Amino acid sequence: MIFDNLLIWFVVIPVLMMAGLGLCRNSSMNAIRAVMVVGSTLLLALAVWLCVDFLCLRHNGADAEMLYTGSWMWYAPLNIHLAVGVDGISVLMLMLSAIIVFAGTFASWKINPLPKNFFLWFTLLSTGVFGFFISIDMFTMFMFYEVALIPMYLLIGFWGTGRKEYSAMKLTLMLMGGSAFLMLGLLGIFWHSAPEGGVPTWNILEIARQAQIDPSWQRLLFCFTFVGFGVLGAMFPFHTWSPDGHACAPTAVSMLHAGVLMKLGGYGCFRIAIYLLPQAANELAWIFIILTGISIVYGAFSACVQTDLKYINAYSSVSHCGMVLFALLMLNTTAMTGAIMQMLSHGLMTALFFALIGMIYGRTHTRDIRQMGGLMKIMPYLGVCYMIAGFASLGLPGLSGFVAEMTIFVGSFQDADTFHRIFVILACSAIVTTAVYILRVVGKLLLGPVYDDHHLTLTDANWFERFSTVTLIVCIAGIGCFPNWISETIQHSFAPIIAAIQGGAF
Amino acid sequence: MDLSILWYLVPSVIMFVCGVYGFITRKNMVAILISLELMLNSADLNFVIFNRFLFPGSMEGMVFTLFAIAIAAAETALAIAIIINIYRSIGSTEVTETNKLKH
Amino acid sequence: MDITLPILILALPIAMFLILGIGGVKMSRKVAGVLGILGMGTTATLAYIVAFTYFFSGNPDFIIDGVRLQYQVFDVTWLAFTQKLIVNIGFLLDPISAMMLVVITTISFLVHLYSWGYMEHEPGFQRYYAFLSLFSFSMLGLVVATNIFQMYIFWELVGVSSYLLIGFFYKLPSAVSASKKAFIVTRFADLGFLIGILILSYYTDTFNFINLTSNPEAVLTSTGGATFMGASVLTWAMVLIFTGGMGKSAMMPLHIWLPDAMEGPTPVSALIHAATMVVAGVYLVARMFPVYCVVDAAMTFICVVGAITAFYAAVVACAQIDIKRVLAFSTISQIAFMMVSLGVAYDRPIEGVHYAGLGYMAGMFHLFTHAMFKALLFLGAGALIHAVHSNNYTAMGGLRKYMPITHWTFLIGCLAIAGIWPFSGFFSKDEMLAAMFARHWFWGAWMTMVAGLTAFYMFRLYYLIFWWEENPHYKEHKPHDAPWQMSLPLIFLALVSCVAGFIPFGELVTWDGVPYHIHIELPVAATSLSVAVIAILLATKMYRVKNDLPTKVKNFWPTLWEAAHRRFYWDEIYQFVVHKIIFGIICRSIAWFDRHVIDATMDGMAKVTNVASNSIKGMQSGNVQAYVIWFFLGAVALAGITWLCLV
Repeated sequence: MIFDNLLIWFVVIPVLMMAGLGLCRNSSMNAIRAVMVVGSTLLLALAVWLCVDFLCLRHNGADAEMLYTGSWMWYAPLNIHLAVGVDGISVLMLMLSAIIVFAGTFASWKINPLPKNFFLWFTLLSTGVFGFFISIDMFTMFMFYEVALIPMYLLIGFWGTGRKEYSAMKLTLMLMGGSAFLMLGLLGIFWHSAPEGGVPTWNILEIARQAQIDPSWQRLLFCFTFVGFGVLGAMFPFHTWSPDGHACAPTAVSMLHAGVLMKLGGYGCFRIAIYLLPQAANELAWIFIILTGISIVYGAFSACVQTDLKYINAYSSVSHCGMVLFALLMLNTTAMTGAIMQMLSHGLMTALFFALIGMIYGRTHTRDIRQMGGLMKIMPYLGVCYMIAGFASLGLPGLSGFVAEMTIFVGSFQDADTFHRIFVILACSAIVTTAVYILRVVGKLLLGPVYDDHHLTLTDANWFERFSTVTLIVCIAGIGCFPNWISETIQHSFAPIIAAIQGGAF
Repeated sequence: MDLSILWYLVPSVIMFVCGVYGFITRKNMVAILISLELMLNSADLNFVIFNRFLFPGSMEGMVFTLFAIAIAAAETALAIAIIINIYRSIGSTEVTETNKLKH
Repeated sequence: MDITLPILILALPIAMFLILGIGGVKMSRKVAGVLGILGMGTTATLAYIVAFTYFFSGNPDFIIDGVRLQYQVFDVTWLAFTQKLIVNIGFLLDPISAMMLVVITTISFLVHLYSWGYMEHEPGFQRYYAFLSLFSFSMLGLVVATNIFQMYIFWELVGVSSYLLIGFFYKLPSAVSASKKAFIVTRFADLGFLIGILILSYYTDTFNFINLTSNPEAVLTSTGGATFMGASVLTWAMVLIFTGGMGKSAMMPLHIWLPDAMEGPTPVSALIHAATMVVAGVYLVARMFPVYCVVDAAMTFICVVGAITAFYAAVVACAQIDIKRVLAFSTISQIAFMMVSLGVAYDRPIEGVHYAGLGYMAGMFHLFTHAMFKALLFLGAGALIHAVHSNNYTAMGGLRKYMPITHWTFLIGCLAIAGIWPFSGFFSKDEMLAAMFARHWFWGAWMTMVAGLTAFYMFRLYYLIFWWEENPHYKEHKPHDAPWQMSLPLIFLALVSCVAGFIPFGELVTWDGVPYHIHIELPVAATSLSVAVIAILLATKMYRVKNDLPTKVKNFWPTLWEAAHRRFYWDEIYQFVVHKIIFGIICRSIAWFDRHVIDATMDGMAKVTNVASNSIKGMQSGNVQAYVIWFFLGAVALAGITWLCLV
């Protein structure tokens, strides 16, 4: 029975939530909130349970590459299955998604207008995200990927602010462009997956085991898949959807998008592009190291001169997500572990940033830092949270950003040739630039004299806002203070991928 | 003398081309309808001709033509009804003026 | 050794930070203050117990055959990067960390006490104590680090605590920009530190200090003679690691943040920017000393940077008006002194020198005495500022009658820093100069000159504050000595400054743990003492009573005075580089490129699509007759093609 599999519930619960929301009326805010809170709490509980259970299983010696696997035929002529399974990385990603959906629900407590429809699309988006992380069949993975992309258009286009139609269109079209490349890549992998005369498969584990893809094909397909996922990972020069999209999106959507959806890009990059096409990854990594190296520096410098809070964070995301892809391309365990930790860290901290920006914007009705100042005096709680988020972003020890970045730097430094060295040092320099733009914002926005006297009457955070931010801060500090179990879980999960890469090198 | 198939086909083609010409150039809907009928009839003629010359033993072409004539009559009736209705509502049967649905 | 005490030493301050930081809003000032002081007092007691146990218990863990050992009390895995590169959080006891435990907790406790009086009326009192606790935690974690990465972690944490405390008066734009500057400049230096750690750990496969320093030759060979741009990679690594120290210890050219950091509350300046955090760079070099010894180029680099900085800062200190800035430059100069002292030391016997590690011992000794008397001077300055509500000596003068306690303690501080017998500064400075003369006469002569300058500017400051001419404002607002919470630390530190010189420091702290018996080098002592006395007499002549001699001197070469007053325009240079070049040119052009090239390309693609579809959309006119033409033409074309194919 399909429902016996724990993972399926990550998709079933959101679907049930949507059904529940469908029964609510738009005016009955409490019913909508009840459905969302219950649903997202269940998801979070499920994710935590999965995480604990997974670690116990591993501890008890379950050493299969993926656990909780299940596979059900979906469309026999093309050998498409609904195949699920998780390793440590997917478990952490599911956890991240659940946390952010949970926090996002509270962050959009007072969404207006049409709350029901908002949450419907929001839940559909999270369905896609969860589905993506549990799938090990490339086709279902791609399908969930698309499910996650489309609601974005409506969420930004309808509930957004500013030039929302333009941004929604830009974001959707660019990501769709990316998925066109991706589709080509996936089809290519599918048709070349089997030996001569065999049945081609979509299943990632089988493809990796058979390792049949011809190197010349690998090169082409690697470029397709990496670029396809790279667009979502905001890789230079395909990043411009990110600043506009984030700036116009409503709070919870920015959170989910920057927090989780951009992670789909990084996740896909290693799960499909690197894992299934290891030879090409070894050969062609340098091209993308250059591009992602540029992303890191470029995003950080761009963020230094922006005046809109969301633009600053969007560019900072370009820089941090560039770090994720950069570290993945280093193709060694430590750096790749760092990449995953950076995904987690960036997800949590950007979600926190966007939540706080939404809260500040909801009060001051501006996001221009030139028109705000001294908010620390007026809303100390939000100010302190913003500072914590900022410190996490600039890599303060004890918060998640530090461990992730340091793991990346130490790992990346293991490649001894000059090319890698130069780019690693370039990437390291981002820690200074990050400090510059974060402190610039903190200095202008929170500290100093109060800029606008009208702001003096504003109130500090509500209970639901506090709840949302505290959830995220606890996670950030948790990773930052006790990183080793996460690091070990990830390192263990990378073993087969590293083996594939090293096999590819010979 | 024995008439070849061409003697029958050429008038049919002329009739068809006249129909096309009329259909393209006329602006009056009734004239367009008449052109349409011309094309239809030339097609009917072809059916009969080919049936007579290529498959003398069978009658399918003839039957089909009768069928087509009946349908064409119904169609014309429908078209005329529409045209009259259009005329009633906008006072004209010029195609260039019946663009209300476009906007 | 039982691990309870060491854990508590780290846990108490961080617990205080969390309690005061989270619950502080709900607490009264009194509760918060008492909690903070008690917490720090307990920590200080524990630290004393640990340090005394280390030095005097004779436990074989700590001392064998009179040689002091390095002992890791605990060392737990925090994050494993690879199989070998593992970051631990631990507690290393050795002579310098034990000494630093004493210094940090003493000064921190006194500052906690002092702040109770000094910050009494400031809003955010609870937050202030929380930050102080955070700083104490980070600094303690830094000095007891068992591995270089743990040091880096706490290094960053002290940076942030410093940022928070400098910007404590966050409504003042000057404080905000000073804190930002401090953080970013030190961050820039930390980049060097980080890269240095990466290089070093890549070759040696370890972060652990004991592994690194117990066998420096192995470190040297592990690099396999790899070079980069003409220098060996180990030189690069050690110089880059030292860069981190340059940032924290405000060496040229990364010194610019420290004078601005005086925007913070004065007790903070005493704790962080005089006694503890700024010596982290010195501590780092001392920690890695055996490795530095095998890299001669890095040692020379340290000496040169230190010597230039010491002289520069001393000259600038002579032309400052703000008393805290004088003290700040004096701090820079004194730390540079310690750096040079470390730079001239050796780890092996050399000909003609009776003890090669003298510079190391002397540098640490000076670190200790300097922490005491510089904290005293800063706290004294705080009392003065508290009394006259201004940082500038122009608002002071003739204060000796009004504030006797402050006057006498400040005088003791000045005598100590000037190096007058029998105050503590004399002993440590004498040892440092002896070490420098032993290495090369040039270092000795140069630093003796700096010592003379030190005596001059300190007494210039002293006379301008306490003598010169009584300020007329005193009639309206009579200055008086500070309350007991503030006076008590002053008196205590003054006493320490009087007697600290007689501590047999060489018996306790040496680079290799082998005790060294300090003895005064008479020629060196006589030279430095006479230079100091001459400088003090000169200052007395110029500044004791109001006269126009200073103005004459100033007008003798006004450009030089102005340049020294403006700190030789370093800030302007940085301002230019950062604002005009980095922000103005690099950032703006990247932002422009993003909007007008990359974004425009994407928009351009959309536009091309639009234009193309617009240009063909006319074909779908809705005009059936037009369609028929196209249909007919198409049919004809098809017929033609078919015909051509058939024929």
